[in-house]
Amino acid sequence: MADLEPRAPLEPIVGRYVRLDLAGRPHRVYFEEAGQGIPLVCLHTAGADGRQFRHLMNDEAVTGAYRVIAFDMPWHGKSLPPAGWQDEEYRLTTAGYVDLILTFCRALGLERPVVLGCSIGGKIVLELARLHPERFRALIGLESAAYQAPWYDDTGWLHRPDVHGGEVCGALMSGLIAPQSPEETRWDTLWGYMQGGPGVFKGDLYCYREDGDFRDRVGRIDTSRCPLYLLTGEYDFSCTPDDTRWTADRIPGARLTIMTEIGHFPMSENPGQFRKYLLPVLDEIRLLTR
Amino acid sequence: MPGMAESDVHTRITALPELVNADARLLRRGRYLTTTFLVELDDVQYLVRVVEGRIASVERGPFLMRPWSFAVRASADAWRRFWEPVPAPGYHDLFAMKKLGVARVEGDLVPLMANLRYVTDVLAAPRRRGA
Repeated sequence: MADLEPRAPLEPIVGRYVRLDLAGRPHRVYFEEAGQGIPLVCLHTAGADGRQFRHLMNDEAVTGAYRVIAFDMPWHGKSLPPAGWQDEEYRLTTAGYVDLILTFCRALGLERPVVLGCSIGGKIVLELARLHPERFRALIGLESAAYQAPWYDDTGWLHRPDVHGGEVCGALMSGLIAPQSPEETRWDTLWGYMQGGPGVFKGDLYCYREDGDFRDRVGRIDTSRCPLYLLTGEYDFSCTPDDTRWTADRIPGARLTIMTEIGHFPMSENPGQFRKYLLPVLDEIRLLTR
Repeated sequence: MPGMAESDVHTRITALPELVNADARLLRRGRYLTTTFLVELDDVQYLVRVVEGRIASVERGPFLMRPWSFAVRASADAWRRFWEPVPAPGYHDLFAMKKLGVARVEGDLVPLMANLRYVTDVLAAPRRRGA
């Protein structure tokens, strides 16, 4: 047995695949997890994957009380597209995204998990809060708003043969990272974008932009049924602090935090700064909710 | 840098050749780009000639009939904020300034978007100077 003992530090993160039926098609979805306790399902940003949460999963202050779980959405990271993908254009819809989250939580037998999502993941949290508050212990939206004005009007730049998709996605996203974020985690974050499949980021943005105007709906969210926390970085110009403020102002009981020295990717661009804001939220959820 | 004189803002653009050409990382990143683009500070125009990632020249206008591929236009004040060592939110990125309404990007965007990381790093290069 001695030969099998690791010679170098092993992280607590483990990864597995789960078979899910989504929109009538079989999918093989990859997820990672670490920790024990309250399930905390983490939703990555558009065009990226669950690796964005690796710092959270390596943080004992989080994993001591929470079972942190992050899946790669189909078409992202290690989750393949469904069979037949080569003949279709990937396009994420709001309804499809909600179904993916509910199906995943059901498949893993998670009982009233906390869901934390960023960007499109933060936006979909608003729909979970509106439609399914009884299924969640608490919801946390990072860089989340009912609506964001676009900052480039042609997402075609993200998928065309004369512009390298990975390079342009990474370059566009680089401006959304705060100048204070450390070099290593900044470039880690961009690498995820550079690795995305052709057209996948663009397909995610369909949900964000074309199918994601919730301004007429967020007022119906009842935070007495499920607490809602909204945290946005001051350097995020895609989902600005004002966008989130507008949203929080229309949801009685929503808890708003503007995070300094953080951009659009709190958990991956500057995990040390982000945990200062997240740990109190997780403590509060642990103590106040059952 | 808040007290930076307006002439200093212009000096930063004219310093692009020495800033970029001495940076091996930038030269590698831009090695497939050869183009001339326009940078505007208020109504003062500069033509930046790039040859395989090197800044071959920066010429100050006015120009009468000179071609360029794409143009990046902003007020001198916006550029001054953009080049602060730690820029404020909204002034930390070209697209952030565009969304804020203080910068414009025009022309043939293909060379810009195909080399976006390089071009944004070139435009941000003066930030390191005097930091």
